[in-house]
Amino acid sequence: MPNSLYIACIPLLPLVSFALLGLFGTRVFKNLSGLLATVLLVVSTILAIWVAYNYFFHFGQANGIYQRIIAGQVTWLRFSSELSIDMGLMLDPISCMMIVVVSFISLMVHIYSLSYMKGEERYPTYYAFLSLFTFSMLGLVLSSNMFQIYIFWELVGVSSYLLIGYYYDRPGAVKASQKAFIVTRFADLGFLIGILVLSFYSNTLDFNTLIERLTNPASPGLKTALASSFLGISAITWGSVLVFMGGAGKSAMFPLHIWLPDAMEGPTPVSALIHAATMVVAGVYLVARLFPVFSISAPASLDLVTFVGVLSALLAALIACTQTDIKRVLAYSTMSQIGFMMFSLGVARHGHEEQLGYSASMFHLFTHAFFKALLFLCAGIIIHLVHSNEMNDMGGIRKNLPVTHICFLIACLAISGIPPFAGFFSKEEILQASWQRNKVVFWIALTTSGITAFYMFRLYFKIFWHKPLGHQASHADTAEGDTMIRLPLVILAIGSLLTGFIPFGRFVSADGTPVHTDLNLIFSVGPVLVGLAGIFLARWLYLNKNDAPEKIKNGTRALYTAAYHKFYIDEIYVFITRRIIFNLVGKPAAWFDRNVVDGLVNTTGNTTQIVSKKIKGLQSGKVQEYAIYFLLGAGGLALLFIYGWK
Amino acid sequence: MNLTALLVIPLLTALTILLLRRHHLVKWTALIGSIIQCLLCFVLVAAFRKEQITSPSDFMYFIQQFDWLPAWNISYKLGVDGISIAMIMLTAFVVLAGVLVSWNIEKMTREFYFLLILLSLGAHGFFLSLDLFMQFFFLEIAVIPKYLLIGIWGSGKKEYSANKLALMLMGGSALVLVGILALYFSSPDKTFDIVRLSEIHFSTRTQRIFFPFLFVGFGIFTALFPFHTWVPDGHSSAPTAGSMFLAGISMKLGSYGCLRVATFLMPEAARQYSPTIIVLSCIAILYGAFATMMQKDLKYMNAYSSISHCGFILLGIGMLTRTAIIGSVMQMVSHGLMTALFFAVIGMIYDRTHTRMINEMGGLMKMMPMISTAFFIAGLCSLGLPGLSGFAAEITVFIGSWQRTGLFYRTATIIACMSIVVTAVYILRAISQTLMGPLKNPAFGNIKDANWNERLAAVVLIAGIVLIGMAPYWLSELVRGGADIIAGRLMSK
Amino acid sequence: MHPGLNHLLFVSTSLFFIGVYGFFTRRNLVTILMSVELILNSVNLNFIAFNKYLWPHRLDGAFFTVFVIAIAAAEAAVAIAIIINLYRSHQSIDVEKAEELKY
Repeated sequence: MPNSLYIACIPLLPLVSFALLGLFGTRVFKNLSGLLATVLLVVSTILAIWVAYNYFFHFGQANGIYQRIIAGQVTWLRFSSELSIDMGLMLDPISCMMIVVVSFISLMVHIYSLSYMKGEERYPTYYAFLSLFTFSMLGLVLSSNMFQIYIFWELVGVSSYLLIGYYYDRPGAVKASQKAFIVTRFADLGFLIGILVLSFYSNTLDFNTLIERLTNPASPGLKTALASSFLGISAITWGSVLVFMGGAGKSAMFPLHIWLPDAMEGPTPVSALIHAATMVVAGVYLVARLFPVFSISAPASLDLVTFVGVLSALLAALIACTQTDIKRVLAYSTMSQIGFMMFSLGVARHGHEEQLGYSASMFHLFTHAFFKALLFLCAGIIIHLVHSNEMNDMGGIRKNLPVTHICFLIACLAISGIPPFAGFFSKEEILQASWQRNKVVFWIALTTSGITAFYMFRLYFKIFWHKPLGHQASHADTAEGDTMIRLPLVILAIGSLLTGFIPFGRFVSADGTPVHTDLNLIFSVGPVLVGLAGIFLARWLYLNKNDAPEKIKNGTRALYTAAYHKFYIDEIYVFITRRIIFNLVGKPAAWFDRNVVDGLVNTTGNTTQIVSKKIKGLQSGKVQEYAIYFLLGAGGLALLFIYGWK
Repeated sequence: MNLTALLVIPLLTALTILLLRRHHLVKWTALIGSIIQCLLCFVLVAAFRKEQITSPSDFMYFIQQFDWLPAWNISYKLGVDGISIAMIMLTAFVVLAGVLVSWNIEKMTREFYFLLILLSLGAHGFFLSLDLFMQFFFLEIAVIPKYLLIGIWGSGKKEYSANKLALMLMGGSALVLVGILALYFSSPDKTFDIVRLSEIHFSTRTQRIFFPFLFVGFGIFTALFPFHTWVPDGHSSAPTAGSMFLAGISMKLGSYGCLRVATFLMPEAARQYSPTIIVLSCIAILYGAFATMMQKDLKYMNAYSSISHCGFILLGIGMLTRTAIIGSVMQMVSHGLMTALFFAVIGMIYDRTHTRMINEMGGLMKMMPMISTAFFIAGLCSLGLPGLSGFAAEITVFIGSWQRTGLFYRTATIIACMSIVVTAVYILRAISQTLMGPLKNPAFGNIKDANWNERLAAVVLIAGIVLIGMAPYWLSELVRGGADIIAGRLMSK
Repeated sequence: MHPGLNHLLFVSTSLFFIGVYGFFTRRNLVTILMSVELILNSVNLNFIAFNKYLWPHRLDGAFFTVFVIAIAAAEAAVAIAIIINLYRSHQSIDVEKAEELKY
């Protein structure tokens, strides 16, 4: 096993770069900031790949089963002898896979941004935030403790907030960043309470011990957790559902997804890194991390995961068909793909035979990171060229951006599940897993993947074909820039091509034993055909300018309008927050405080004053009057003592 | 270590200031005095750690005792445990920052600094003393100068606020005095000594009658609902350093008193009243947060958020578990630093823009990145971002509260947890409206960023926040010994 | 007939009430001062009388009388100083006229 110091360096190097750039970036490093961050990240990435390689091929297995290994732990905060937050480094198949994905995609984005963000006023700050994000995300995936994951969970949240609001003088970006943070914070409330519940019954915060105690039917913690119920649902199910709520918030699952499309206000490389490839899959990762608890002790919560996943996948796909902002389409497609990962986890169960969904989900997470990051990076180049996010301003730019064009096409094919691209393999596994478990889910998933192919190629054809060059761009224009921009595209495209061939199930599975995922050719025919159908539909509608799309739009007006307005979920939220929370809770609270509580205080003061005004006449200033009162009083007291004293 | 030194330094500083004439000499004296005090605190922590190793289970360390008024058994008795050391460090830090922030005060500089240092003397004395009478004496020293600070150097409707604050806090002190005298007269050997009193078991009746006096009396200082209305007015009218002291330290005097005097000395009553305390603090937490959301003035906003955050302190005390008490002390320190930073930054912004209304600002980040960053950090700390002190404290309170089983306590904890969302809403709203967006008022186009003293003040506070946030272990371990003893007494019959 | 304790007490009580009456009814500060002196002297008389008739072998009464006389002298000095100052500022020594300090 490698020295734990090396493993610790993986997240710590980006932290170092954050600290350096945050403190001295604008004064000392200036234009070198990007280079500094990138170099540190290269080291970190190499370490990550090295560690992952060693884990999978050398020290990870014991008796053919991949173990959860704690490679070092420091107590960060101690609550009681049992409960403490330990900052640890946990190596297991999914964390090793994730450190590679996170550091690698982050590195691509770092390189891409070197020239993409050049000349920005807050260039060092940008890299500082990016480093902060990378650090937090790596810390998140390596977490060995429930609270450690929560800590990094919040940190990725805040770095996402900072990066969405990077252009802080644009009101739209500011609003979007706020929305992202608050919505995910709301979800984190559930996560936090979920942690409290689970930690209470297991009396530990450590993942290994917690999973051990909450899955072993003999352990007293699990017994009480199953016995005690609230509203007819056992405590452990509550705990799992609440934890899942946190995951759903971060992964933009329905109904907590509203922040993700708006988050596209951030710089495009940031969207590629955070809102497509890494941070948004944290929710999936969280469920996967606690999968034993979910599957053994609270299978009911997995049904909820399935339901939410499927619903999000379908809804997002429908909405994506109607959006015209290129980044929003990609955002909804991200949401839809994460829905795939979620329900894939949801259909998996404990036991060797039924855990295919788990591996499939992780596999899809892995491949999705490549092609979705690629799509976003391409989108960044396109947006640079046409200076607009609107699809309608684009068209026919394949000549200007040859490399981008090819890369975009590869990514689109991958996401549509066309062999031999990466998405095909992972989606295939997901469909297989859902076929085994739940036919309804399978059919919805199949439909959704058809819609996915349709809207992705709608995007593709509208951008690169559709009409002759948009008037903003002429033939000589190219925004592909230098190699620094093209290099990540090419690498990611190769990734999207090849990663599907990795025998993923061999390495990553719920119980650590290899899962055999043999491709069933007959099974694959259906999904591929559906995908192709989607592509050809898009080709027919959008390859050249014609009026067919308009006709379809008019034919399905009700559905179209609803989807175009994102099924009015945003409006519902606005209603709840503005009308109900602000007007019915906030304002009355403020009013009550100023008028009732403070009113009481002021009334006390005023009453005292009024009374004292009334009686101040007695203080006439005439000595002789006082003397009379005094005499009368003294006389009265004398009488009292003489006659009244018995 | 001789604890009297911690009182002598502020006293000497204050007296020297009175003798000086030149303004800059006054400032430098105050600065040097508070720096020495800070260094002394570090020495104290080091000495404490060493002492703790040799005698780990002592109740109080470095005890010093002289007769003061032997006729009534009043003595000058000092001693510290982890909890009071944490509070002393907080005081030293906040006062240092306060001295730095007030560098540009023109009006009656000498008197201002004298009062400020006097306040710090009161606070230090309060946290150090082990004799209830002396504690009360220092409590009053820490109250009365505030009246002058607000009345003379304040802004807005300062006379009203000064009166309100002084009267409400005096009312609190009066209740405290009754409680203290009750303890004195019901102790068999008529003593004010906390160590002695803690060995006595008061009758249930005495406890039940006099616990509310002490708890409410100290609670008024900590903005116990519904006695919190001095907080918004007092904070918003006070000068910057005054607000910092008020929110950062003065509110902690109350919570320290609630913990050390009320809860510790009357454990049975604390157990009986615990549901009431929890209900009140939950109201303060959530209701304060909602009220904050509606504020338009930055200082009012922070004052209301202080009500909400101090609710966590009282919640932790009310929950009576050891972890909750540790969390509550950590929250005292964390809130003290954070809110002081907040007020310092608000003061800096006000000095430049001459407004505190949130909707009149906008885009300030461009003009003053340094101040904005400090504002950001304070805000993030307030909404409980990991890595800054607020998170560690709140989480400890939550975990501690969750250890109380039963639907009532669970519901209370969940209500308290809900505030993290509301806090995020109002903090982000304030940040986005003041710092972000396009520059709203062209007159702000040529304002300057922080100067050296302001920078230093912010750095002092941020260092504390980050230190606790990154490595909360040392603070929780510092406090643990004291919390153990308090919790042990609460648990025993 | 020898004058007994009762006679003396009668005199001193009369003196006391004359003083009190004067203190209540007069508006002139000097007369008020004189009334106060009457009250004090009635007390002196009481001291002397009680001393002589009840504890003739002790001197406490006489001692207090001397003490009261001394106090009365000091008081008169202070009072007259006040009266003179009052006259300077108000051109009058009527107590009714000096009431600015009330409330």
